[in-house]
Amino acid sequence: MAMKKETSSDASNAASSVLSSEFLVIELEQPDDFDGFRQAAKVLLALRVEPHAVRWRFCQPLTKQMQAQDLFAADEAGSVVGRALTPDALEQLPLPPAQPLRLGKSQLSTMRLACCHILEGRFALCYRWLYRLQADPRLRLDALDSDWREIERLAKAAGREIHKMHAFVRFRPVPGTETPADAQPMQMAWFEPEHHVLRAASGFFRRRFPNMRWAILTPQCSVYWDLEQLLMAPGSTADQAPGPDAGEQLWLTYYRSTFNPARLKEQAMQREMPRKYWKNLPEAQLISELVAGARGRTQRMLQI
Amino acid sequence: MEIIAKLSILADAAKYDASCASSGVKGRNSLGGKGMGSSEGMGICHSYAPDGRCISLLKILLTNFCIYDCRYCINRKSSNVQRARFTAAEVVELTLDFYRRNCIEGLFLSSGIIQSSDYTMEQMVEVARSLREDHDFRGYIHLKTIPDAAPELLALAGRYADRLSINIELPTQQGLQQLAPEKDANQIQTAMGDVARFIQIAKDEGRSQAARSIVSLPGAQRVRRAKAPRYAPGGQSTQMIVGADDSSDAAILQTSSGLYGGHQLRRVYYSAFSPIPDASADLPLQAPPLLREHRLYQADWLMRFYGFAHQEIVLPGSAGMLDLEVDPKLAWALANRQHFPVNLNLAPKEWLLRVPGLGVRSVQRLLLARRGRSLRLADLQQLRTATAKVLAFVELTDYHPRRADLESPMLRQQLLQRMNNGVVQQKHSGMRLPDTGLSAKTAQLSLFDGW
Ligand code: SF4
Repeated sequence: MAMKKETSSDASNAASSVLSSEFLVIELEQPDDFDGFRQAAKVLLALRVEPHAVRWRFCQPLTKQMQAQDLFAADEAGSVVGRALTPDALEQLPLPPAQPLRLGKSQLSTMRLACCHILEGRFALCYRWLYRLQADPRLRLDALDSDWREIERLAKAAGREIHKMHAFVRFRPVPGTETPADAQPMQMAWFEPEHHVLRAASGFFRRRFPNMRWAILTPQCSVYWDLEQLLMAPGSTADQAPGPDAGEQLWLTYYRSTFNPARLKEQAMQREMPRKYWKNLPEAQLISELVAGARGRTQRMLQI
Repeated sequence: MEIIAKLSILADAAKYDASCASSGVKGRNSLGGKGMGSSEGMGICHSYAPDGRCISLLKILLTNFCIYDCRYCINRKSSNVQRARFTAAEVVELTLDFYRRNCIEGLFLSSGIIQSSDYTMEQMVEVARSLREDHDFRGYIHLKTIPDAAPELLALAGRYADRLSINIELPTQQGLQQLAPEKDANQIQTAMGDVARFIQIAKDEGRSQAARSIVSLPGAQRVRRAKAPRYAPGGQSTQMIVGADDSSDAAILQTSSGLYGGHQLRRVYYSAFSPIPDASADLPLQAPPLLREHRLYQADWLMRFYGFAHQEIVLPGSAGMLDLEVDPKLAWALANRQHFPVNLNLAPKEWLLRVPGLGVRSVQRLLLARRGRSLRLADLQQLRTATAKVLAFVELTDYHPRRADLESPMLRQQLLQRMNNGVVQQKHSGMRLPDTGLSAKTAQLSLFDGW
């Protein structure tokens, strides 16, 4: 079906003057700003803006600095800036009446997750799929469509990262952070996610530890729970998080003891706990020693 | 003894138990509570040991002293291991500390039997009670119950625990008699039956309470429904040791099938018999049969999710043993080629599920996609399944396998070769399965209002 811009109504006249340039730049507030994306997509779809005519860019988390690699080639940059729009500004445009686009609940959450992925083109991909869906509603059920499969692939990777973050964040008490109101020290963790998942992953910790002050620091941004609300803050470095404390020895002891040397399966372990997570997992320092000793220990058990 | 020394002894003694899952409990968190902990349905593996097993719970024994003398057990009376005993308070402290660090989802507590079964069980229940009542702990608790403890204690245990388990230990009564003479197969079954009954009662009560509508008198204060008492919402599981006696795979699967049907067990864990230090002389001296254990898990999946009956999984002429070279679904397909190829566009779901290489999720996708159009070879590639395996057994609009290939005596060898070239990965039970993101049934939301 060919898309034609309506030109009869005043609304679309006003809108099409904004859109007369070859392409539009939409500025999102965060690398994982799905709500902004959604807001912009709504307007763009109503105006039937074709996917290749939209460029998405997003701010570095919690700063207003544009992400350098997302600006186009230097010669283009000048012409781009004048036409860059935020989703809010886009909202101001008068819109021609349009059919709302309907999708399944889980499709929405898949897309939301996909937008946490590190891939540059994630927003463009999602918009392209929505645009195609608007043209052909049968796409909604096509579980094997290649754009949709790609969105799912991104969502799966981001979802896995969130899951791994829930699993592998390790809190340590920060000495001296006890307050008169709260005698417990704050618990702090350092984590290095590959995708933009900190915000998406934080709710879990809030539901799990509402009565404990905790913080998770990552290179891109940090989150802090003060017993009442989640606060976002700029990124940190590893040395801003506390080092091992005495209590951690108990955990290392447990890890060492619960391993059965007669069942060594290193590959199975690495599949679920990839090496990229090891440097921030206290118990990972024991792995090589346990692996090295496994054969001898098993043999001794078999000999007796 | 220092706590750290106890921990190393009592975690070491618990490592032979295969159960690890912390799943099966939905929607619980600590918002509005005084303590901590949550459980969001699927459980989390917080770490992995170099044996590839998931570490989800603090899995320890309360004590490894034991008055029994089960041959396969490192804690048996006649074993020379070093002994230790935790107090209930120590276990509570450890659990809370590890939980706070986000190292675990909760506690899996088991114990050797000291003094009497009832006494031991009381101690274990006390740990769970204290976690729940004194500390408002909302994480996961799995208690390994003692089969001959009093039913009242069993009833109490289920009020605090998310899951209860009673190990069946060996697939046959003879095996149990031979290796664990003080244990009684009937008693184990009776205890499982009790737990199953308690679970059912709690479920029914919950249901009838939800159905009952509350009528308030005018002017009366809003009546709040009392919550139905919960009882082991994560269900009941058991463990069977594989390879300590000479039971066949067929016997093992038959027992499991009976347990799933008879006592509604959530999971049966298969634990390859592990050589233990200071082993009893009548046990096999060999490395644990890990591949056999793996095939049993695959067969177990076929029973639970793919509609296979236990009798058909172990093939005739195999002396009751599963094929170690190929997975049980492929083995079945190779032995029953008259049913193939399955037409992916026409065959009912049950038959799609029987195609080697197609998992439950892939089947869902195919069913959904074929509503709108016919399926082609390219669609199969989108699934990223073990295509080599699948292609031998299916038919698509633009793909028809040759009968001769399907009937060829070489097929097995060819498939083995092709599978070795591609990597065939095994799924771990603790991993979250991705949602397809597509469902014809879910409510349709507007893109524009309140996603
Ligand atoms: S009762 Fe349990 S702990 Fe005691 S010897 Fe038997 S299996 Fe081991």
